[in-house]
Amino acid sequence: MPMPTSANPPLGDLRAALARAQSRRKWRAFTLTVPLLVFLLLTLLVPIAALLMRAVENPEVAKALPTTVKALATWDRQSQPDAGAYAALVKDLSHLPDTSDAGALARRLNTEAPGARSLIMGAYRALPIEGDAEAVRQQLLDKDPRWAETEFWQAIAKNGSRWTPDYLLASVDLRRDAQGDIARMPEEQRAYGGILLRTFQVSLIITVMCLLLAYPLAYWLSTLPERQANLLMIVVLVPFWTSILVRVAAWIVLLQSEGLINTALIDIGVISKPLELLFNRTGVIISMTHILLPFMILPLYSVMKSVPPTYVRAAVSLGSAPLAAFARVYVPQTLPGVGAGALLVFILSIGYYITPALLGGADDQMLSYYIARYTNVEVNWGMACALGALLLATTMLLYGVYRRLGKTDLALA
Amino acid sequence: MKKSLIALASLSACLTLSAHAQEAITVVNFGGANANAQKVAYYEPIAKEGIKVTAVEYNGEQAKIKAMVDTKNVTWDVVEVESPDVARGCDEGLFEKLDYSRIAPKADLLPSAVSECGVGVFVWSTVMAYNGDKLKTAPTSWADFFDTKKIPGKRGMRKGARYNLEFALLADGVKPADVYKVLATKDGAERAFKKLTELKPSIQWWEAGAQAPQFLVAGDVVLSTVYNGRVDAANREGRNLQIYWPGGIYDLDYWVIPKGTAKKDAAYKFIAYASKPENQAVYAQNIAYGPTNKKALAKLDKKVLDNLPTSDKNAKDSLQFNTTFWADQGEALEKRFAAWATQ
Repeated sequence: MPMPTSANPPLGDLRAALARAQSRRKWRAFTLTVPLLVFLLLTLLVPIAALLMRAVENPEVAKALPTTVKALATWDRQSQPDAGAYAALVKDLSHLPDTSDAGALARRLNTEAPGARSLIMGAYRALPIEGDAEAVRQQLLDKDPRWAETEFWQAIAKNGSRWTPDYLLASVDLRRDAQGDIARMPEEQRAYGGILLRTFQVSLIITVMCLLLAYPLAYWLSTLPERQANLLMIVVLVPFWTSILVRVAAWIVLLQSEGLINTALIDIGVISKPLELLFNRTGVIISMTHILLPFMILPLYSVMKSVPPTYVRAAVSLGSAPLAAFARVYVPQTLPGVGAGALLVFILSIGYYITPALLGGADDQMLSYYIARYTNVEVNWGMACALGALLLATTMLLYGVYRRLGKTDLALA
Repeated sequence: MKKSLIALASLSACLTLSAHAQEAITVVNFGGANANAQKVAYYEPIAKEGIKVTAVEYNGEQAKIKAMVDTKNVTWDVVEVESPDVARGCDEGLFEKLDYSRIAPKADLLPSAVSECGVGVFVWSTVMAYNGDKLKTAPTSWADFFDTKKIPGKRGMRKGARYNLEFALLADGVKPADVYKVLATKDGAERAFKKLTELKPSIQWWEAGAQAPQFLVAGDVVLSTVYNGRVDAANREGRNLQIYWPGGIYDLDYWVIPKGTAKKDAAYKFIAYASKPENQAVYAQNIAYGPTNKKALAKLDKKVLDNLPTSDKNAKDSLQFNTTFWADQGEALEKRFAAWATQ
């Protein structure tokens, strides 16, 4: 019986060895990508997850007022709560370890019921309040008659759980009413629907403007010989590399009523009164178009570079009019670039903050302005995260729509 | 043995001495003309007392302080904050509770300058101003500010609800003393927004304090609400901006110490230094903001006093910014303002 030698192994062994070698190689390749994966995980997924968490987190009331929440569980949320609830509230407040918990509670309730901040802090400062339930109720009412209003109790009862849909609902102008049913915000408090719509409008205008300006430019660049094209590309890229703040400041200098553009137009007699170009929609659109233009030019240029000029020539030689050949043969081949550029510009502009903040009026601010405001000024991070989640969701949705329509992946090169 | 002990003692003495000599703290302010005046009055002279001040500018964002305190990584030692944030941050445990025995006698300070977590830095006012070189008919009331027929042209206002709602009510005929009472009611807020709507097409919004005088100088607006110190700073550069004082809203800025700073002692020393009458007098000579130490007034001449929001002539008919009202209603009103601006 011939023994299998190492020089001549059976087929099965060979296959296993090959598989082993391949999987080793695969693992090695994978290990090389591990740092990147970890980096992505840490810098992208973790913050996004934290953001989504924060948008639904609601620990303040549950943490600070557990007995009050329990006492209010059977309350009908219409009539005045019974004395037991008042006693439970005072008991909870007196158990808080330090002011910062009371402060956090006051802030949370104030976003639901304006005025709750001074109410809660007033009661907290008035501690100790002693006596039986009825006496406690009377003392609180003497201290501040607003304790009789159901609005504040409803805010406590509604926020008894550690998770809340409230911030997310508020970001689309909805709210839970006293009974916990979802309803629209009162007319004068509806803001974010309009702001989101405005954000889309402005972004769409900017995308179209960029496309109109970039398409002919990119086409021209792609037809030039390499050396000239490179030189001109630098002209496109230098502003792209300049700080946004510098460019925005430059636009303020150019656009103001005694600025370069207005004085020049007046000097040559086109207009007699300076145009209002700054601190309104016009200023925002002009400067954002300028700032985002390279994001349109670059993908268009790279796609146009790869379109063989012979096709148009062939179409013309077969009898097509030059313009028709351009529209029917050339343009369709550049559509991936148009899609990628438009998507890029649109997504970048819906998240824009600094340019509208500096060049726009009060009614030109986009969603990011309010995210920044809630983060920095109001320090209401739940609301900021909910608005951030809204922005994220719309961006993803748009990308989904784009893939559906274009049936392609984002092609940038 | 004894020798080495002495050596050790002197060494440690040297070390503490040199540590004293090199104490460095970070003081955060709102920048601009105000920061320059603080530099002359406080930051530079206190270096001679062994405290080196690094000045940092910010825009009042409490988020940074909260993030520092939450992560226990406090690198700001003294921060200038606006009045609504003093109470809010104090309630939420962001600031140290102050020990006034280490600052100044409470009796020397304005009553509103003394609070649990913050001590007043200066008194400032949001007022109406115009360019004396360009405007022929000076405004004589807040109704004029809203009357574009009488005084045609754009109006500068701070982007946001704060101050503007008060001014709108003043223009609508509410007495200064009643403004906050009216504004606290639902109808009052309605009335203020309605009045603002009349002016809306003519409003040019500003956000940073330095913008308002720029608009006035450039002629972009004919009237503007403005921080009075910024007007003073512009006039020091040779402009002719005029202030209409009645109905101005005065308020204080406060020093606070973020909770958990490692340099609490030096922070206290800085605040005590900046609360001394002689130093506050130097400050007021450099920018027209009122001192919080009453004893500083005696050290100022009439010309300086006349420009301060605290002088009798200017304070008459002005109203104090209502911190409690804005702490309670601020978020709801600012949100309503955002909705209003969209319409």
